[in-house]
Amino acid sequence: MAYDKFTVLTSAAVPMPIENVDTDQIIPARFLKATERTGFGDNLFRDWRYNGDGTPKKDFVLNNSIYSGKILVGGRNFGSGSSREHAAWAIYDYGFRCVVSSFFADIFKNNSLNVGILPVQVSPEFLDKIFKAIEADPNTQLEVSLPQQTITILATGEQESFDINGYKKDNMINGYDDIDYLQAMKTEIQSFAAKSLY
Amino acid sequence: MSKTPATLFDKVWDSHVVRKIEDGPDVFFIDRHFIHEVTSPVAFLGLEARGLKVIFPEKTFATADHNTPTINQHLPVQDPLSANQLKALESNSSKYGISHWGLGNPKNGIVHVVGPENGITLPGMTIVCGDSHTSTHGAFGAIAFGIGTSEVEMVLSSQCIMQPKPKKMRINVHGKLGKGITPKDVVLYIISKLTAAGATGYFVEFAGEVFESMTMEGRMTVCNMSIEMGARGGMIAPDETTFAYIKGREKAPNGEAWDKALAYWKTLKTEEGAAFDLEHHFDAADIEPMITYGTNPGMGMGITKHIPTAQQVGGSKASYDKSLDYMGFHEDEEMLGKKVDYVFIGSCTNGRIEDFRAFASVVKGRKKAEHITAWIVPGSHIVEAQIKEEGILDILTAAGFQLRQPGCSACLAMNDDKIPAGKYAVSTSNRNFEGRQGPGARTLLASPLVAAAAAVTGVVTDPRELL
Repeated sequence: MAYDKFTVLTSAAVPMPIENVDTDQIIPARFLKATERTGFGDNLFRDWRYNGDGTPKKDFVLNNSIYSGKILVGGRNFGSGSSREHAAWAIYDYGFRCVVSSFFADIFKNNSLNVGILPVQVSPEFLDKIFKAIEADPNTQLEVSLPQQTITILATGEQESFDINGYKKDNMINGYDDIDYLQAMKTEIQSFAAKSLY
Repeated sequence: MSKTPATLFDKVWDSHVVRKIEDGPDVFFIDRHFIHEVTSPVAFLGLEARGLKVIFPEKTFATADHNTPTINQHLPVQDPLSANQLKALESNSSKYGISHWGLGNPKNGIVHVVGPENGITLPGMTIVCGDSHTSTHGAFGAIAFGIGTSEVEMVLSSQCIMQPKPKKMRINVHGKLGKGITPKDVVLYIISKLTAAGATGYFVEFAGEVFESMTMEGRMTVCNMSIEMGARGGMIAPDETTFAYIKGREKAPNGEAWDKALAYWKTLKTEEGAAFDLEHHFDAADIEPMITYGTNPGMGMGITKHIPTAQQVGGSKASYDKSLDYMGFHEDEEMLGKKVDYVFIGSCTNGRIEDFRAFASVVKGRKKAEHITAWIVPGSHIVEAQIKEEGILDILTAAGFQLRQPGCSACLAMNDDKIPAGKYAVSTSNRNFEGRQGPGARTLLASPLVAAAAAVTGVVTDPRELL
């Protein structure tokens, strides 16, 4: 699916300083029964966000109106666990366009890039600075520039660079996806397949 | 100039690169694609929206597993959403000419169980599925890993995905395992040492005497769990054990094709002196039956030990506290003797015949503890038939257990098999995440022997005492 183009995003951020946030928390398995990709945002972090009776848990960050924005800042090893792309759909559907952490699980990182969410991996020190800045001021604005590959805490000017491979970067800036690319090389794939043992 | 020694991983990976993109991923060719009802429907919608076809339907296999009930499979599926997903898999498979083993088909079962047992999984293949435990198939010397739904759509339409080549790690376990120590203990031990993120960014080769002497089913258990240390996948070089397992299976090559394949498979090993980005060594003698105490598979320990303190574990104290609070445990507590409410044996990790043989070896001549609810779920109909033929069902029945029908079941609780909130389950599955086996469920991951010991004593028990 083609998605929104991503260039520079300036936004407040929602802090979630928990390590090993796994995909079963992001979207529990019982909500994977849909056959379409929309509507998952309502159940994002379902069991951390709501009590069993459906009332919101007051102490959970998404239920705290002082926090908002299109950037989710998570602890180390964000997105571990299942390959369910529904986790990335839920984050996107809720309104996030960027997830920041000091470390991402591989499949989650791939899935995010494939659905138009930019995973920004920063150093543990910079992650700590972001959490502290948001703690001091929940409206702290972060600027994520994909062309420059930088993330900046605007109030203090503190900045760090992040990695992304050039191909994925171009795709996100232009809103292209891998299927477009693969369709254009079908003949090459077919002749490769003809030589395959299996 | 001599050639640089290659690893098993390099040999399989490099032979599947259709095109290298500068400063980008490889265009990576996929030999076998497994699909199931949960992560494929949106991919088929994508194909339809773009007007694309399935490029090689014969390279894709569909099976229903995540949503399937484990009782009364002959009746219509009660949950309308589950029924809808199962129907979508069936109709998409039929529309695009993909082989489909749905509910009621004698070959139906968990995707990572039916692939190997029918000879679909072979050495040197590249295998993907929209399920992280696709790493299971690495036991055959294949490169196998889980993908997202966008990638499922890519494979259906082009038989390729765009993948950066991971770094290489080798994990060596030397020596011999003690009595009552199973492949599940080996992998839970490794994950407890490396943490749940210790192999992220890497593809792992498991090597050493312990894996060389392991059965294929044991190797599948180990590779299955490699994703739980963050690895993209794990693999083990194919050998005579591998070839003997494959020979004669329905979709395996035979005759001349077998000879040709075998000659190739014998080249699939890491050469002397080949370089890895990271290497770990462990001693088999240090491994005891394992059990997890926390909410990720890295939070595991020897069953006779005490829960490690936050300081010993390292990382964030708040995350550690949150985890133990969810489990209702404390630092430095002993696990032996803790009351268990549920026991689950099954899943793509431990739903194969050897797992049920192990379970039965402890249960034989004993009775199920009265307060225990046990869900005994074969990984496939073929495993179910073996359980009956080998007399294991008789042992289970005499002990007061019932056998259920195949599927993923309580591993991820997408069907009715959910552990109730606050209850403790000793599970042979792969994840102890919060709510994984049902909202509020508390999961202790362990081997089939530990599960059996808990099932008959009602508490966490060292199975070596019952062998």
